[in-house]
Amino acid sequence: MSTDLGMPRLPAPGYPADVRARLEADAREVIGRYPQSRSALLPLLHLVQAEEGYVSPNGIEFCAEMLGLTTADVTGVATFYTMYRRENGGDFHVGVCTNTLCAVMGGDEIFATLKEHLGVGNKGTTPDGSVTLEHIECNAACDYAPVVMVNWEFFDNVTPASAKDLVDELRAGKQVSPTRGAPLCTFRETARILAGFPDPRRDAVDAGGAGGAASLVGLRIANGQDPDAPAASDAPKKGA
Amino acid sequence: MTAVTDPSILTPVLSASWGDKMPWRLATYRQHEGYAGLRKALAKHPDEVIQTVKDSGLRGRGGAGFPTGMKWGFIPQGDGNPHYLVVNADESEPGTCKDIPLMYANPHVLIEGVVIAAYAIRSNHAFIYVRGEVVSVLRRLQEAAKEAYEAGYLGKDILGSGFDLELTVHAGAGAYICGEETALLDSLEGRRGQPRLRPPFPAVAGLYASPTCVNNVESIASVPAIMNKGVEWFRSMGSEKSPGFTLYSLSGHVKRPGQYEAPLGVTLRELLDLAGGVREGHRLKFWTPGGSSTPMFTDEHLDVPLDYEGVGAAGSMLGTKALQIFDDTVCVVRAVLRWTEFYAHESCGKCTPCREGTYWLVQILERLEAGEGTEEDLETLLDVADNINGKSFCALGDGAASPIFSSLKYFRDEYVAHLAHRGCPFDPAASTVWASNLTGAQA
Ligand SMILES: Cc1cc2nc3c(=O)[nH]c(=O)nc-3n(C[C@H](O)[C@H](O)[C@H](O)COP(=O)(O)O)c2cc1C
Ligand code: SF4
Ligand code: FES
Repeated sequence: MSTDLGMPRLPAPGYPADVRARLEADAREVIGRYPQSRSALLPLLHLVQAEEGYVSPNGIEFCAEMLGLTTADVTGVATFYTMYRRENGGDFHVGVCTNTLCAVMGGDEIFATLKEHLGVGNKGTTPDGSVTLEHIECNAACDYAPVVMVNWEFFDNVTPASAKDLVDELRAGKQVSPTRGAPLCTFRETARILAGFPDPRRDAVDAGGAGGAASLVGLRIANGQDPDAPAASDAPKKGA
Repeated sequence: MTAVTDPSILTPVLSASWGDKMPWRLATYRQHEGYAGLRKALAKHPDEVIQTVKDSGLRGRGGAGFPTGMKWGFIPQGDGNPHYLVVNADESEPGTCKDIPLMYANPHVLIEGVVIAAYAIRSNHAFIYVRGEVVSVLRRLQEAAKEAYEAGYLGKDILGSGFDLELTVHAGAGAYICGEETALLDSLEGRRGQPRLRPPFPAVAGLYASPTCVNNVESIASVPAIMNKGVEWFRSMGSEKSPGFTLYSLSGHVKRPGQYEAPLGVTLRELLDLAGGVREGHRLKFWTPGGSSTPMFTDEHLDVPLDYEGVGAAGSMLGTKALQIFDDTVCVVRAVLRWTEFYAHESCGKCTPCREGTYWLVQILERLEAGEGTEEDLETLLDVADNINGKSFCALGDGAASPIFSSLKYFRDEYVAHLAHRGCPFDPAASTVWASNLTGAQA
């Protein structure tokens, strides 16, 4: 057994000069948002993930240089957080919630179905490089259980059948929209938003409504409306 | 169950605008008297704002119920150091799903609360630390902050008051422990998110060792309405010690899961009535009053007032008001094992009782669920949980012990049945949404 943590080995080849220049400008903008530069480390790790799809040797060196840290410091932080990838993965991260509530409501069955359907295990990526499958913890959407997150967008009230349709569409390169949130962008594009750069698509903020039936149910009952009528903002259900 | 509960017990305040067109936009928020509370606050001395929040009796909605105004009052004044306000938007406690829909539907109410709170504690830089796994919410927070800057609610000389505030929206990167306020501060400083020794408390030495106030999203979002409508109005809801309105989140085997905003002290019986009851043909078996870290309840507890005192007196905690409902198809051992796996996975590893203890709890529970355990294992479970509870460095450890203690208290027989049955007597397929006529998804 080796003690390899799965982190990329240094030294890194370094980014091409133009990439480096672009990233430095971005990094300076991020650092400028904080009273102390080290606070920019998490966003910068998202930023380098947006560049190469994972926290690469280049990315670690870049963060360390920008913040005056050692690469060991940066690696120590990067390995603590589950959203940073240690190796490249699919354009679409498909996370199936298997925390207790979702698991019981069907999340376990959905995860098992997708493993079989895609022929991959937990954290596995399909050979075409499109989908990385993972089971995830409670994503604060239990009232929509069972929940699947694709690139950290909400797919609510999923079934094994709708989950299969979803990944099939992703693999076929179709544009897919979540139940709540904006039409999916790639994993790398998502990582850039996480680094603190607004989604460049003008309509993205306003896409996806204010919430599904579960978000609005109490309000509707209080207002004497029919709580079982579909919410105007509900996106059409996929697959089901 | 027939609905006998009057819908007028519900009090939508935070959720009032969610049915509107684009409630996340500033224009919509203004139609709901958005930023009116801020104007009133800026007309007062900051000490007066703190006093108003103290008088309102608002208690923290992040789990512990600490009085918000008192927390603000702990920030030393005239100390010459910068002060920071940090909003805890990490929402990751299993079952908890209120802050995310709130920020998604109406991020401005949070931002207005941030400006008021920062003004009160005399902070010129505030942060919203939002968990990373919710890009749709992050997008709306970023846009709302932009709108607020453009409208003069953030930045220099806010509404001509002379008060300046910078707001940084910061995305986390996946770690439940970063919801613990001192771990959150370490994470916001660009470190591994591990809890800090207290004292010093964040109010004295928090972010960058400066006085810092950490508050939950819902706590801060409740402040604008208090400023705008007053203490008396706020106190007309809830009880003396737990005043006001709050979001209760129903999930699981209930006909209409979702967000129900009601005065503190409502009961699960009332909420279930409005929610159409537990799914047809089944009965309530166990539930959490405030997330997986709060000891579970059973159908004996339907009439417990869901406020800090009521739930405490019944042996649990109000926590985050995450009401996860499980019916009689659910195996309690399976549920507890899954939660325990979560705690083991999320243990930050800093202290031995939690790091080692959660590992051993998983081993024992796996054995028990598979029907390979012994009666002695039940004692070992309690023993290990006892060595975590109250002996860990932070409250994650206590949370991990809660489901163990409470499930053994109410469902010891079910653990024993796994031994007798040489395995789990339940069919997991029977618990799924598609095994039933719940309104959610259909297979
Ligand atoms: C393991 C753990 C996770 C927590 N997660 C959160 C969280 O996601 N959001 C939150 O507001 N508080 C969370 N808390 C509670 C915070 O430490 C803190 O008490 C709270 O943010 C204070 O805000 P309040 O006074 O407004 O409730 C957590 C505590 C622990 C021990
Ligand atoms: S109780 Fe667990 S999460 Fe908290 S400090 Fe100890 S190891 Fe870390
Ligand atoms: S348990 Fe799946 S979102 Fe909460």
